[in-house]
Amino acid sequence: MTGALVIREVRRGVSGPAWLPVAFFLLVATIVPFAVGPDARLLARIGGGALWIAALTAALLPIDRLVEPDRADGVLDQLALGGIAEEAIGAAKMIGHWLTFGPLLLIAAVPASFVVGLDGPALARTLVALAIGTPALAALAVAVAGLTAGLPRAGSLASLLLMPLAVPLVIFGAAATGDGESSALKLEAAVALLTVAGAPFVAGAAIRASRT
Amino acid sequence: MTLLRGEGLALVRGGRLLFEGLALSLGRGEALHIVGPNGCGKSSLIRLVAGLLTPNAGRIERTEAALADEGLALDRELPLARALAFWRGPRLAAAMNAFDLDDLAQVPVRLLSTGQAKRARLARVMASGAPLWLLDEPLNGLDRDGTDRLTAAAAAHRSAGGAILAASHQALSGDWRTMELGR
Repeated sequence: MTGALVIREVRRGVSGPAWLPVAFFLLVATIVPFAVGPDARLLARIGGGALWIAALTAALLPIDRLVEPDRADGVLDQLALGGIAEEAIGAAKMIGHWLTFGPLLLIAAVPASFVVGLDGPALARTLVALAIGTPALAALAVAVAGLTAGLPRAGSLASLLLMPLAVPLVIFGAAATGDGESSALKLEAAVALLTVAGAPFVAGAAIRASRT
Repeated sequence: MTLLRGEGLALVRGGRLLFEGLALSLGRGEALHIVGPNGCGKSSLIRLVAGLLTPNAGRIERTEAALADEGLALDRELPLARALAFWRGPRLAAAMNAFDLDDLAQVPVRLLSTGQAKRARLARVMASGAPLWLLDEPLNGLDRDGTDRLTAAAAAHRSAGGAILAASHQALSGDWRTMELGR
């Protein structure tokens, strides 16, 4: 049943606005050269960090469609009746969400890197850092979506909640993008692992608590 | 054999005591109709039995159950048959036939009328094969034919050894025990 849930998440993501976060990501990346000017050296220095800001803001967009519609429509209740643990629902949503969010974002990161003036090695580092970081962004999105499900103005509240939680990931992710020699990539991977491992339990507890 | 047993149940919602010291028991072939004025806790009792709410006192033991309540829980963009199939009911074909949904199988869920959506909820309960049915206001939105189909399905379920707990402010046809809440 968890497999069917993952497939359902992917189907809903793809048939819905899966391209929206990616388009947003590209737009934010495109704004950067306009905002800081065309100085190629300056752009190349801040480009990696700018891509992380773009990825983080893109991760905020799908939050309100992740958990709340299923709560309001009774899907979460029916799954509970079927004996599916809330943690399994959280994990399935996390995997399904990443599948519609992560790979597309990685593809979009290639043109985005050129826009912010990253060279070949920097592009490779960016892709590795984003490949490790996007599962954590997806996990945070699902956890925060669970925490805010059923609350008024959940969308804005979710953004406020997610951004501080993503700070460690952004610190190490952007550092790994900028400098291949440092151990930032390992620290990013550690933060991502912790987030991905913990998020299903947070989402599960939140789903249980949101029942009325 | 008992399919549902609840003892000393109490539930507080929004600072208001809905009921306390409530005892429930349903055996094979039995059906219980919960009645009472609006806001007396009929739906809450159904959700309590479903395990979606935790009682403030008392305990509940039950067998596998299926629930039909307000939530449609079907993906709006899918054809009805595929949306229902997501729930893996072993008796889906029979249930869709019993609730006259065969002609609607290829219709997207978002186009269903209130009564058709209600029949889809009831069909999911029947398709689940669960011995205990939990029905919250099962007659809401149903036309005469839908009501007759529910009556027939409920009778067949009971004669097959199943049990039904229903909350409704309308009269249910058939042989039901009634329990009044909120007196």
